[in-house]
Amino acid sequence: MVRAQVLICGGTGCTSSGSQKLISEFEAQVEKNGLAEEVKIVRTGCFGLCALGPVVIVYPDGTFYSRVAEEDVKEIVEEHLLKGRVVERLVYNDVAEGVKVENNNVSLNDTTFYAKQKRVALRNCGVINPENIDEYIAMDGYAALGKALTEMTPDEVIQVVKDSGLRGRGGGGFPTGLKWSFTAKNQADQKYVVCNADEGDPGAFMDRSVLEGDPHCIVEAMAICGYATGASEGYVYVRAEYPIAVARLQKAIEDARAYGLLGKNIFNSGFDFDLFIRLGAGAFVCGEETALMTSIEGNRGEPRPRPPYPAVKGLFGKPTTENNVETFANIPQIILKGAEFFNSMGTEKSKGTKVFALGGKINHTGLVEIPMGTTLREIIEDIGGGIPNGKKFKAAQTGGPSGGCLPASMLDIAIDYDNLVAQGAMMGSGGLIVMDEDTCMVDIAKFFLEFTVDESCGKCTPCRIGTKRLYEILEKITNGEGTLENLDEMEALCHYIKDNSLCGLGQTAPNPVLSTYLRFKDEYIAHVVDKRCPAGVCKNLLSIVIDPDKCKGCTACARVCPVGAISGSVKNPHVIDKSKCIKCGACIEKCKFGAISKK
Amino acid sequence: MKSLAELAAIKEKMQNRVVLREGSSNIRVVVGMATCGIAAGARPVLNTFVEEVNSQNLGDKVTVTQTGCIGICQFEPVVEVFEAGKEKVTYVKMTSEKAKEVVEKHLKGGHVVEEYTISNI
Repeated sequence: MVRAQVLICGGTGCTSSGSQKLISEFEAQVEKNGLAEEVKIVRTGCFGLCALGPVVIVYPDGTFYSRVAEEDVKEIVEEHLLKGRVVERLVYNDVAEGVKVENNNVSLNDTTFYAKQKRVALRNCGVINPENIDEYIAMDGYAALGKALTEMTPDEVIQVVKDSGLRGRGGGGFPTGLKWSFTAKNQADQKYVVCNADEGDPGAFMDRSVLEGDPHCIVEAMAICGYATGASEGYVYVRAEYPIAVARLQKAIEDARAYGLLGKNIFNSGFDFDLFIRLGAGAFVCGEETALMTSIEGNRGEPRPRPPYPAVKGLFGKPTTENNVETFANIPQIILKGAEFFNSMGTEKSKGTKVFALGGKINHTGLVEIPMGTTLREIIEDIGGGIPNGKKFKAAQTGGPSGGCLPASMLDIAIDYDNLVAQGAMMGSGGLIVMDEDTCMVDIAKFFLEFTVDESCGKCTPCRIGTKRLYEILEKITNGEGTLENLDEMEALCHYIKDNSLCGLGQTAPNPVLSTYLRFKDEYIAHVVDKRCPAGVCKNLLSIVIDPDKCKGCTACARVCPVGAISGSVKNPHVIDKSKCIKCGACIEKCKFGAISKK
Repeated sequence: MKSLAELAAIKEKMQNRVVLREGSSNIRVVVGMATCGIAAGARPVLNTFVEEVNSQNLGDKVTVTQTGCIGICQFEPVVEVFEAGKEKVTYVKMTSEKAKEVVEKHLKGGHVVEEYTISNI
């Protein structure tokens, strides 16, 4: 009889920090101590706290171990599992305010990272073994599909989704129930359900974690969507760069088929549904719904003009419902617990929760799910644990290369679709990149634009050529060659690209430029007028100088300089030859007297 | 899958395996499992608790867990029962048989088995 369970994160983050080895080591140690009958080792999906991986949780007490190394396993097994003594040095004990801890037993839900979260889409991630369909069923899995098929009409299903207020989690925020009703209305001999798992924003990994941690919920939700809209086939379009997610989803689909949860006459209701995976090669534009469908059809992934919308003429020319992974992940809970369960969370126009991938200059890099309406400050300071090294918060980028930045003055806005759009940013799929005072906003805009220049599919001119020209202007500015006229040209070009591009990629590509220009105009001006980069990032605008009063002539800087730009004799102040200096900063780190600085 | 009943059967069968992870139970049975406890026979006591709780489907109500030495080694195996809003009950010198009785009378019936508690030593 199992009395304790050891859950080890098998998400991509923890796998890359060695969790697979931990699993074998745990199995070996448990066996060695004769506990194989009593202790069960389970590999789960992502817990969210990727910065502290590999993560191990021991139940029933819920003790949360972070950064566990292979050598620690023996101690955990012999102390904790055998003798019940928690290995305190490994416990993650950043406890939330006001939480009482008994016997030093810090459980997951007490930590600052989890205390303010509310897990709906991620409810099973890090709780069940994603490769075991029975565990999913034990957590009420497939009960929503059963309920929909045996107790509800398709119209009732759509009505519940409408009432829940769920909006598309891929970025646009279109009401999901409405989308479903469009497809349902159109008569056709064949309809399709498509799941968009082509997650391309730099720094975003929400969809990957859901597929890795709870693949069955996507299978279930797509079947429910198929029933509601009259579709009998579904496709999941997922990037080939997500091998763990693909493998687990494949297993989930096979297991569901074996149980008759996919296939013919599911739950004896006469409803047939089957699901297939299509691998994407990683083009960003394939995350756009029409380009994605073109790619599934076997063609080059290019968008097509809308209308006709997918609900009328989608995949293979048939009516199609396309939703993002996270949108689907909410569906089983909504069907099972009712619309009120979902619409009681969140703000007036944005219901439920949203998953964010925290990245950049933040302590707790990882995955968080919060109710809509949580402030940016709570996400960054409380859940995210603040900025490392005591640096100051400068801005957060939401929506990746399609989104915008939120400066420190916006820390207290409540996160929902409409607030973010009103502030010139967007929800996006949920990437949240935090920047500190050392980040140059012009450089960041250039970084995101470089990404869209690369990823533009080339079908329409405003995007293909416009983004390239825009990038060149930014390059001039960061090189110190920009003029005030360039800034005006830049702004005009941004609006031109936005207004004339064919698909979402081009229409949103200038957003990072526009939003950083709006919020940090002074930095652009500093680059152009003063030829200065206030954050000290743009190399051409920097000069590194030695203060002759502080320099003792120790020669340490001259020895470390990779290009021989520093000269001077022993015990006399040194000088930097600006024409040779590559501004690498190695001399600054080496100087013991603080005589060298960036200007 | 042809009926909800089939689904419910799988859920039922699997419940014991995942219930540990929910931690929603309001009674905690803590068995002292330090060296002294193990030497005095705490392991069969712990296993009896786990088995009884599972076989009688008390899993959603009762969590069985372990702890280190609480300092009264001469009374091991020691078992403490925590229940929200009630005073902690400490059973001492436990055996598998006594454990079964505690499950039956205390955990299920709500009556503390006074004769095994520390106050009766």
